[in-house]
Amino acid sequence: MHRFANPAEFNRLADAILPWAKIIMAAAFAYGLYLALFTSPPDYQQGESVRIMYVHVPAAWMSMFTYMVVAAASFTALVWRHPVALLAGKAAAPIGATFTALALITGMLWGKPMWGTYWVWDGRLTSVLVLFFLYLGYMALWRGLDEEDKAGRAASILALVGVVNIPIIKFSVDWWNTLHQPSSVMRMDGPTMPAEMLWPLLTVALAFKAYFIVVFLYRMKLEINLRKLTVLSSIEARG
Amino acid sequence: MTEFLHMGGYATFVWTAYGLTAAALIVLALSSIRGAQKTRERVEALRPRRRKGE
Repeated sequence: MHRFANPAEFNRLADAILPWAKIIMAAAFAYGLYLALFTSPPDYQQGESVRIMYVHVPAAWMSMFTYMVVAAASFTALVWRHPVALLAGKAAAPIGATFTALALITGMLWGKPMWGTYWVWDGRLTSVLVLFFLYLGYMALWRGLDEEDKAGRAASILALVGVVNIPIIKFSVDWWNTLHQPSSVMRMDGPTMPAEMLWPLLTVALAFKAYFIVVFLYRMKLEINLRKLTVLSSIEARG
Repeated sequence: MTEFLHMGGYATFVWTAYGLTAAALIVLALSSIRGAQKTRERVEALRPRRRKGE
């Protein structure tokens, strides 16, 4: 049972973390949504539409954070041939793809009333769309190759190459003049957003982070089980 | 209450954004939890039964 030693350890760790992550997630969602929808003020220019920000910005942050998780897992898997790391990337990718899709869609729903258009091909929107395709490509490579280790390695290489897109997303709003507003939280000189908007934003962001941890741990269990099934059925086939 | 739902005229955009976000996150979470349970059951079924104390 040596080959299961690491995953078994992982499952124990996951079961210890899960209840806490769920509590933080539930509390942060409840309080964050209350702040975002009820107590935070309408924007003096954007009116009530600014409330879209409280889901749009955390989704966008998480789309990049999750990508870095996939990339770090891929790096670990390629360099140290760590099987659990390989599965960590596979487990995180669908969560990242979901966050990216939500960042794009909620951004479109915010752009229409504020900019008068759902979409512009500017640096920020285009680079986030590229991020979405990187996730899809990563997941497609996992599915596309029969041999699991080969598939995982190919997907991991794509994930590492795609890291170059992350600084492009981050700085796109500074490099190119665009409809998308520049960052007002993650700035070198500190946030410029008023506190009554910053707090709801950070609380929902915490909820999204806790959500990621919960779903990631379940997806890790799923992937480890799938790997066990492959091993067990090959043992059975050999008799 | 009506005023709240109206969202200053941006109701369609605001509630669609929140609704889609909630729907996507719930579907992903439930499918992940179910996937973990289903695969675990399949592992248990395949794994040769070990005797107690082994």
